[in-house]
Amino acid sequence: MGYYFSPEGINKVISGLSEKYDIFAPKLFPGKGAFSDTDLVRYDRISAIEDVVFHMKSRFSPKEVLLPLTQTLFYYTEDSVSEPRPPVRDRLIFLRSCDLHAVRRLDAIYLGNVFEDHYYRQLRDHTKFVLMGCSRAFSTCFCVDMETNIPTGYDMSIDLIDGEYRVDCRSKDLEDFLVPHSTRQGEVVPCHVTETPTRVHIPENLSSSAAGSSIWKEYDSRCIACGRCNFSCPTCTCFTMQDLSYTDNPKAGERRRVWASCMVDGFTEVAGGAGCRKAYGERMRFKVLHKALDFKKRNGYQMCVGCGRCDDVCPEYISFSGCLNKLEEAMEEVNGNDKK
Amino acid sequence: MDINTKKLKKNAFRVTKVRGKTASRIRVPGGHLDAGYLSLIQEIAEKFGNGTVHITNRQGFEIPGIDYENMPQVNAMLQPIIEGLNINQADPGKGYPASGTRNISACIGNRVCPFACYDTTAFAQRIEKAVFPNDLHFKIALTGCPNDCAKVRMHDFGIIGMTLPVLEKDRCVTCSACVKACRRKSVEALTAVSFRPSRNEEKCIGCGECILNCPTSAWTRSGKKYYRLTLFGRSGKRNPRLGEDFIKWADEESIIKIILNTYDYVEHYIDRTAPGGKEHIGYIVDRTGFEEYKKWALKDVTLPEIAKVYTPLYWSNGISFTGR
Repeated sequence: MGYYFSPEGINKVISGLSEKYDIFAPKLFPGKGAFSDTDLVRYDRISAIEDVVFHMKSRFSPKEVLLPLTQTLFYYTEDSVSEPRPPVRDRLIFLRSCDLHAVRRLDAIYLGNVFEDHYYRQLRDHTKFVLMGCSRAFSTCFCVDMETNIPTGYDMSIDLIDGEYRVDCRSKDLEDFLVPHSTRQGEVVPCHVTETPTRVHIPENLSSSAAGSSIWKEYDSRCIACGRCNFSCPTCTCFTMQDLSYTDNPKAGERRRVWASCMVDGFTEVAGGAGCRKAYGERMRFKVLHKALDFKKRNGYQMCVGCGRCDDVCPEYISFSGCLNKLEEAMEEVNGNDKK
Repeated sequence: MDINTKKLKKNAFRVTKVRGKTASRIRVPGGHLDAGYLSLIQEIAEKFGNGTVHITNRQGFEIPGIDYENMPQVNAMLQPIIEGLNINQADPGKGYPASGTRNISACIGNRVCPFACYDTTAFAQRIEKAVFPNDLHFKIALTGCPNDCAKVRMHDFGIIGMTLPVLEKDRCVTCSACVKACRRKSVEALTAVSFRPSRNEEKCIGCGECILNCPTSAWTRSGKKYYRLTLFGRSGKRNPRLGEDFIKWADEESIIKIILNTYDYVEHYIDRTAPGGKEHIGYIVDRTGFEEYKKWALKDVTLPEIAKVYTPLYWSNGISFTGR
């Protein structure tokens, strides 16, 4: 069912929802950009609709709400282990269509990959999604080519059009919060884009032989292995484990998981110091083929959702979408090599 | 030809080696200006000068080859530049009102440079408004970060941008980019303690490398801006030396107040018999002692809580040409 709201009305909805939910949305952090006098947009709790940044893309994706950067899994003493209390309140996440499609990928990795991840499940079961409609694509977006532009599976949508908020509600639980404050009801179809300035084509015949192409070489010197692409990505899900023994009593401590990046030093390091992808071009190759090939083989759809954040944040102006577009050339090159 | 050279110098013209010719000196506070003024400078150079312009060390323009009698016309043509650059001026149309205190120069700052911790030009312009016009020989320069591209330690007042880094621990993924950057590019103020970076506050110079290199925005800048203030660097014929740190983690208000206080101090202690009435402040401080200077400088100054004042302050011997 569709509902229309004035700004005051939608804020009454938000206050009502806040009674039951922690609401997360892209929020502006003035002065918190890496460069001085620049701002940062990232996910955080919000308490009013004005807190939600609609006109810019968030630097980091909503995955951090479901998969915190640092998460304590358990505390240990000499003879006991205890888990931290799970969050008691349900969560609402404001997110765009691409990021909503990314949640499907997170689910595939954390819930559908042989066994379920208990900690992800805890948060996931208590989360609802509020779709932020996209009336236009940003310059680096390529959701249409990744088939993530049409939103599915949201609980509620929100679009700001001519000073009026339009909501399409698909969840009975949320409906009750909306009805008393709407100005009118009617059909609402959330906005979505049908074309993007950035276009991406991944060749049908992509295979692991692309690893043998020379296209990866340039990244040896261009990439600085900082991991910004992974950390901003809504579908990168790797983590590492850290056991932290407390300084004053090393017999007690906690185990944490912390986001990891396949681009950053140490990711493939094993005992003795060996690592299997030392050159940065090899790391780029692994990342790109994992996204564009391996994941699809296992799940039948592309992992990358085309949000373009990796392109936005790369300090070396390496374009992931640009690299995907080189895959065709890579396949031609390796197939040509075979014929020789 | 009968010309008052004392007067023309205070009007930002110069006595040149060419008899009968002067040069007009156009100060650009903070070194940044609308490109439109360049065509005015070109016009003056082609109409009254010899068609050339020198880009000065202190971020101004010097137009040589001007006949002394054309100074009033040049001043009239300078008016839109003077107004556009927001120069304090008592008599509109009469040119730059003083030349003793030198142009306040600045590196390109955070309008362009990723390393800069603040808008150097804006702060330079703010100081300009506070101190000009002034005939005392002061050199003030601003630089965005401890790289000190503006070489502010060669100035009486060197202002170096600092950023107080703040760590949101739970956003840290322990990638150690900050620790490595601090070790390789800065002062090794960061070490990993239980995986996460720990900052040695004493060592930290506020360069912001940790923030610039953090891929998750776990390190961010504090809301407030801070500066390192260095004192009394100088070049010259007697005893060139680098400026020394006076205050670390100072704020804008305090720095402006300290500069204004220093004008009072110099007015009081300057050697009136010095050639041209010009004496580098550092030599005055050498004479009165630093403690006396400090008393004047910090009068009515309220520094931020984290500010650190270096005292007593000693300068290195520098280079002595006098054999003393």
